Amino acid sequence: MKIQQLAIFLQNKPGHLSGICKTLADNDINIVTLSLADTQQFGILRVIVKEWELAAQKLEEAGYLVQLREVVAVEVDDEPGGMHKIVEIIGAANVNIEYVYAFTFHKSSRAVLVFRFDDPDKAADALREANINVLAEIELFG
Amino acid sequence: MNKKPLIENVFWQREEECMPKDQLRALQLQKLRALVARVYASVPAYTRAFDVAGVKPENIKSLDDIRKLPFTTKSDLRENYPLGYLAIPRREVVRFHGSSGSTGKPTFVAYSKSDMDNWANLCARFLYSGGLRPGMTAQVSFGYGLFTGGFGLHQGIERIGAAVLPASSGNTARQLMLLQDLRADYLICTPSYALHLADGIQSGIIDRSSLNLKGMFLGSEPWTENMRTRMEEGLGIYIENNYGLSEIMGPGVSGECAFRNGMHIAEDHFIVECINPETLEPVAEGETGELVFTTLNKEAFPLIRYRTRDISRLKYSHCPCGRTSVRMSRITGRTDDMLIIRGVNVYPSQIESALLAIPEASPHYMIEVSRPKHMDEVTVHIELKPNSMVDSISELNVIRDRICAGIANITGLRMKIHLEPPNTLERFEGKSRRVKDVRTLKD
Repeated sequence: MKIQQLAIFLQNKPGHLSGICKTLADNDINIVTLSLADTQQFGILRVIVKEWELAAQKLEEAGYLVQLREVVAVEVDDEPGGMHKIVEIIGAANVNIEYVYAFTFHKSSRAVLVFRFDDPDKAADALREANINVLAEIELFG
Repeated sequence: MNKKPLIENVFWQREEECMPKDQLRALQLQKLRALVARVYASVPAYTRAFDVAGVKPENIKSLDDIRKLPFTTKSDLRENYPLGYLAIPRREVVRFHGSSGSTGKPTFVAYSKSDMDNWANLCARFLYSGGLRPGMTAQVSFGYGLFTGGFGLHQGIERIGAAVLPASSGNTARQLMLLQDLRADYLICTPSYALHLADGIQSGIIDRSSLNLKGMFLGSEPWTENMRTRMEEGLGIYIENNYGLSEIMGPGVSGECAFRNGMHIAEDHFIVECINPETLEPVAEGETGELVFTTLNKEAFPLIRYRTRDISRLKYSHCPCGRTSVRMSRITGRTDDMLIIRGVNVYPSQIESALLAIPEASPHYMIEVSRPKHMDEVTVHIELKPNSMVDSISELNVIRDRICAGIANITGLRMKIHLEPPNTLERFEGKSRRVKDVRTLKD
C-alpha cells in the first residue's frame, strides 16, 4: 500500500514555512506528520495529509512548488529494535532508502515509519512477506 | 591637476609619446586615410558598411571627416563571427585572442607580427612610466588565455627587459607565496585582488616585510581613487591605472604618466572620440560620453570607430609630463548591461543562454553581484519550472550544479546558484533589469 506524500520546495526565507501551514489551515487540512530537509540554501517540506489532492491543489494555487511522491508507511513496535527489524528486511530485499521519517501515532505502543524507496513496490512486497504491517490510507488516517 | 611628478617622469618611446600636436594630427590623418582605403578594399563587412553610409575612402579629407564613417559595434563583430573583420591573409596571423561575447561565443581578434610588436611597446609605455625597469620582476596575475590581459602585459614586461613571473589568475594563497618567495617588484592584477592583498597586510595576516613590492599596475575592472589611496598608503607602494580592450588591442591603449592626470591614450596608434551614446554626436570637451576608437596601425584586425560602451571623459589640456596625447578619465560606467566580474566581461544574456540548456530552469532569473572581502561574487537566482521535481535534495543539487557548470562554460566564472520557487522573482516589462549590482566602490 502506498501513501501520497506532498513535497514542497522551501525558500530559506523567514515566513515561507508559515505561508504553507496557513494555506493548509485555511483549507482545514490537518498535518498527520511532516519532515523537513534543509540545505544551506533551500529546503524540502514533506507532509502527509489525508486530503492530499486538495492540499496539493491549494498549495499550487498559492504559488508553491509541490510534487506528489508515493511513500510507504510501515507500522512498527515502539521499542528498541523496532526500526532495525524493518530496515533489515529492506536491506535484504536490496532496496535503497532515499529517506525515512518516523512518528508515533494514536495507536498506543506502535510507531509509523514513512519510507521513500527507489523501488516502493519491491519494498512493500518484501515487508508484507515478512508480515510487517504496511499501512493503507484508511488505517493511517483512521 | 598634479603639477609635480609622483615618480620619475620617463618615456619608453619619447618621440612618439611627445610628438608635437600638429605633427600628431597630420600623422593620424595620413594613417586614417590609408586605413580607410585598405579596409574598404579588403574587409567585405566594411565595404558594405561604407556603401550603406554612402562614404568612399576619398571622402576622408580631414580628421573631422571620420564622423562620416560608420560605427563598428560588438554585434557587428558577432554577426561576422569568427573572423569577418580580418584584414590580412590568415597565414599572416601570429596570435589570436578573444573576449566574451554576449551570446556565449567569444569575439575573436587577431594580430600580425607587426601588431604584436606595437602591442608590446604600448604595454611597455605604461609599465615603464609606472616604474618598471630592466632587472626587476613583475608578477602577472591576470589570466593567460584568450583574455588579452595576461599575454598582453607579459610581452610588455619582456620588452622592457624585466623578468616575467606568469602566475596567471586565481588561487590567492599561491599568488602570495610567489610574491613572497620570488620577491616580485611589481604586481599586475585586478583592483579586487590588490585590495584583498592590502587587507591581508593591514590586518597583520601578511607581513609587509616579506614582500619586495614597489608597485602595482591595475586594470580590467572599475575601481576608484579612494581605493588607490587606501592601498598606496596601506602598502607603501605606487599604483598605476591603465586601460585597454581586446577589440582595440588589449592593455596598452592608455595608461597614466608620473603626473597622474588621467590616462594618456596612444594617439599615434588610435583615434579616440567621445560621443553621446543616444545621439551619437560628439560631446563637448571634458564631458562624459562613450569612448569610440579607430585603430590606425593594426594590420590584422583594424576597426573603424569601434563603440566601446565604456563611459569616460577626455582631457585635451596640456600635461606637464610632456606627452602630447589626450587623456581619458577612469571608466565610470557602461552603456550596455555588461558586467565586469573579477576582470571578466559578463553579459546577462550569457547566463540566459546557459539556462536555456537546463530543462528544469525557467528563463526567470536575477543576478546579484556583491563584493564581500573585496572579491566579486555573483549569485544567480533562478526560478524552477512549475512542474519541477522537488522531493530530492540530491536531484536539486544536481540541477544547481548543472546550472553552475553551464554558466561557467560560457562565462568562465563560477557563480553561486540559488534555486527559487516559480513566480517569486520580480517580473519586468520591456527591457529587463535583472542585475542587482551592490558592489561598493566607495572604499
